[in-house]
Amino acid sequence: MTRAHPRELGVLAALLLLIAGTAAANPRFLSAQSVRDLLLSAAILTVLAAGQTVVVLTRNIDLSVGSVLGLAAFGTADLLATHPGTPLPLAALAGITIGALCGALNGALISYGGVPALVITLGTLYVLRGAAHSWAAGRQINAADLPRPFLDLGTATVLGIPLLALLATAVVLAVALWLHSYRSGRELYAIGSEPAAAARAGVPAGRRIRTAFLLSGSLAGLAGVLYAARYGTVDATAGQGMELQVVAAVVVGGVAIFGGSGSVTGAALGALLLTCIGSSLAVLRVDPFWQQAVVGALILAAIGLDRLLTTRLAARAARTAPEVSRAG
Amino acid sequence: MPDPTAAPPPALRLHRVAKSFGAVTAVSDVSLTLHPGRVHALAGENGAGKSTLVRMLAGVHRPDRGTLELDGHPTVLRDPAAARAAGIAVIHQEPTLFPDLSIAENLYLSRQPTGRLGRIDRRALRAATTAQLARLGVTLDPDRPARGLSIADQQLVEIARALSLDARIFVMDEPTAALSGTEAARLAAVVRGLCDRGAAVLFISHRFEEIFGLAHDITVLRDGRHVSTDPADRLTPDTVVRRMVGRDVGALYPKTPTTPGDTVLEVTGLTRHGAFHDISFSVRRGEILALAGLVGAGRSEVVRAVFGVDRYDAGTVTVAGRPLPAGSPAAAMAAGLALVPEDRRQQGLVLQLSVERNTALTRLRRLARHGLLTTRRERADALHWTERLRVRHGGTHTPAGTLSGGNQQKIVLAKWLATEPAVLILDEPTRGIDIGTKAEVHRMMSELAARGLAIVMVSSELPEVLGMADRILVLHEGRATATLPGPGATAETVMAAATGHPGGAA
Ligand SMILES: Nc1ncnc2c1ncn2[C@@H]1O[C@H](COP(=O)(O)OP(=O)(O)OP(=O)(O)O)[C@@H](O)[C@H]1O
Ligand SMILES: [Mg+2]
Repeated sequence: MTRAHPRELGVLAALLLLIAGTAAANPRFLSAQSVRDLLLSAAILTVLAAGQTVVVLTRNIDLSVGSVLGLAAFGTADLLATHPGTPLPLAALAGITIGALCGALNGALISYGGVPALVITLGTLYVLRGAAHSWAAGRQINAADLPRPFLDLGTATVLGIPLLALLATAVVLAVALWLHSYRSGRELYAIGSEPAAAARAGVPAGRRIRTAFLLSGSLAGLAGVLYAARYGTVDATAGQGMELQVVAAVVVGGVAIFGGSGSVTGAALGALLLTCIGSSLAVLRVDPFWQQAVVGALILAAIGLDRLLTTRLAARAARTAPEVSRAG
Repeated sequence: MPDPTAAPPPALRLHRVAKSFGAVTAVSDVSLTLHPGRVHALAGENGAGKSTLVRMLAGVHRPDRGTLELDGHPTVLRDPAAARAAGIAVIHQEPTLFPDLSIAENLYLSRQPTGRLGRIDRRALRAATTAQLARLGVTLDPDRPARGLSIADQQLVEIARALSLDARIFVMDEPTAALSGTEAARLAAVVRGLCDRGAAVLFISHRFEEIFGLAHDITVLRDGRHVSTDPADRLTPDTVVRRMVGRDVGALYPKTPTTPGDTVLEVTGLTRHGAFHDISFSVRRGEILALAGLVGAGRSEVVRAVFGVDRYDAGTVTVAGRPLPAGSPAAAMAAGLALVPEDRRQQGLVLQLSVERNTALTRLRRLARHGLLTTRRERADALHWTERLRVRHGGTHTPAGTLSGGNQQKIVLAKWLATEPAVLILDEPTRGIDIGTKAEVHRMMSELAARGLAIVMVSSELPEVLGMADRILVLHEGRATATLPGPGATAETVMAAATGHPGGAA
C-alpha cells in the first residue's frame, strides 16, 4: 500500500483497545484456545466480507451471501455424506461452484435486468434459502456423516494458527492485490466513485459488476465449505442472517456504502472487530442485547466518521490547493 | 494556411446528422468536416446544439439520422470506448472526474502503465501524470484525490486526460470556460502543437479572442441548424455573432456610472491558512467590485469564506455595520448576501428537479401563499426569468440537468438574482454563457447596481473585469497585490498584479 490509510488504522486501534480492555478484565480472553476460537469464527466472516467489499466498491450490495453460504455448505456436506470417497479438493470445488453459479445469476440479473442490486439480491436471498430448504427437505447432516479428514480441516492449525484463518488471510491478500494493483481492480473503484465518468471513460461496467458478483458468490461458496468443515453439523438454515453481519463488517471496516472507496484489509479488520466484540462481551458476561446495540452504534459511528473524513479531506485539499497546484 | 481542397482527406466527416430528445430537437441536419492539422471552431448560442454534436463524436449519443465518416470510411460509434479506439479524444464541457481516485488514475484509468505480471507501475504512472500536467503548466500532486478540486483544476485534469490519449482527433467542448487567460494561452499553444503533428481539432468556446486566435475554420450553429462554415480569415467577430444570434447584440459591458452609497460589506484581514492571507476590501451600495487573478489565486476561496461556506482562521466580515458570524451561509443569507457559486452542477442546481422548482428554490417562503406553493405560481415566476435570460429549454417542467451547460448557468443566476439581495456575490457569472446573454447578464448587473445593490464579482475574463468593475482587487497566490480603480485599469496593469509584479502597475 502506498499510503497510510487513517481509516484502517482507526479500526485497528479500536480492535487493539477492545482486546486490551477485555484482557485486562479477564486474562483468559488471551489464552491460546480462546484466540484460536476467535480467529476461527472470524475466518468465515472475513471471506464473506472480502467478496462483499468488491461488490460494495462498485456501488452495489450482495444480500444473498448468507443464503449462498447455506446452499454451498449443505451441498458440500451432502456430497461428502453420500459419497464419502470424494476427494476433498473436488468437494470444495463443488461448494465454490455452487456459490459461483449463484453469483453469476445475481450479476446477470442486475446488469442485464437493470434492477438495483438491493432488490435482486434480496430476492435471491429468499429464493436460494428456499432452494436449500427444498434440497434438505428437513434433513440435517451431522459430523458423524462426514469424513474425518474433512472435519479435521476445520480445526487444523499450522504453527498454532488455524488453517481457516490462514486461508481467509490468503483470500484477503489476493483480493487486496487485485483491487490495488490491477487495472480491472481499479476500474471497480471508478465505477463506484462516479458511474457517469466510468461510462465516458469506456469502462466495461456491466462486465466488471458481473465479475464482482461472481467473486462474491464464489467466496460465499468457499465460506460454505469452511462452515461445513468447521461446524460439522449442517442443515438448510446454515448462515441465516449472516448477510447483515457481513455488510456491517464491511461498513465498519471503512468501505463506503456508496462505493468508490475503502479496502478489503479494512473490511477484514471490520470482520475481526465484530467477532471480537461478540466474544469479548460474552467473556465479560454482558447481556447479548447490548452486543447488538454496540454493533449498531459502531456502524453509525463508522458512517459518521466517513462523512466527517470525506468533508474534512475535501476541505483540507481545497485549502492546500493554491500552494500545491501553482508554482506562480 | 493550407488550402482545404489540397489538404489530405478529411479525418472526420459528419454528414447531415440529427438528434432529438423527445420533443426537443437538439441538432437537425448538421454537416461538419475536420481536416488533419486544422482547428475547426464551433460557435453558437447556448443550446445551439454544440455539445450534442460533441456527444455524438464521443460515442455518447447515436445520431438519429445522418452518417459519420472517419478517413472516408462510414463508422458507427457504439459507445465511448469505440470512439476512443477510433482515435477520438474528447474534452467534455462538464468535467466528470472520479472523486475517490487520484489525479493520476483519473488521467490513466484502464491505461495505467504496468510492470511485472501486469501489475500497475505506480512510479511510472506518477511520472506520466506529472509530465502530462506539466504540458499545461500545472503542478498538481498526482497522488491527491480529485475530490475537492476547483472547477478550473477539474477542467485542467479533464484536458490533460484527453491530451494523454494517443488520438488523431481532439474534440474540445469549452475547455477554457473556467480558465483564465494564462492557462488558456498555454492550452492554445498545446493545440497548435497537436495540429503541427497532424491532429484534427474541433474547438468550442464562447470567447471570440480564442476562436479567432486559434481556428482555421469556423462553423456557426443556430437552433440546432448549420448556418455557415468559412475559413476564419474571411470572418470577423461581428459577422459570427450576427449569424449566431440572428439579430444585433446590445453592447457588451453596458456599465452605467453610479454614485456609490454607504458601505454594506466590509471584509478586514480575512485569512485562511494555505488559501488566502490578510484580505481586506469593502463594497458600497451601487458598486461593482471585481476580484481578479489567475486560476488558483484564491478568489473563489475568499468569497466562499465571506458567504460562510468555508471557515476562516482570522479576520472579520461585517454587513451593514453588523458582524457576520463565520461559517454560516444561513446567517449570510439572512443578512442579505447571495452567492452564485462557481460549480453549478455541484452547488448551484438540483439537476433532477424541474427548471421552475430550481428557480423558486431560494424563495419558497416568499412565493408561497398561506404556506402552500402552487405549481402555477412557480411556473409563472420561472417563465418570467427564463424569458428574461433567454433560457432555451423544453418547457419549465423539464429537469434542469437536461439543459445545455450555458442554460443551466442562467438558471443558477436567475435563482439568486430573484432573491433581490443587498450584496450579490457572483463567482464566474458568465462562465459558459454565450455572447448575447452575456450582454444581458451584464446589463442586469448594471441595473442592479444602479438600484443600490453591492456586487462582488469573481471573474477570470479580463474584458469582463475591465468593462464592469468600479474597483478591481487583484489576488496573487492568496494575497492582494493591487486595488485598481475600474475605469483607469488596463489589461496590462491587472495582469502585472495577477502574476505578482504589481510594481509594473504603478
Ligand atoms: N439529454 C437531454 N434531454 C433533453 N434535452 C436535451 C438533452 N441534451 C441536450 N438537450 C437539449 O438540446 C439542446 C442543445 O443542447 P446542447 O447541450 O447541445 O447545447 P450547447 O450548444 O452545447 O449549449 P451551451 O453553449 O450552453 O453549452 C438544448 O436545448 C438542450 O436543452
Ligand atoms: Mg455545451
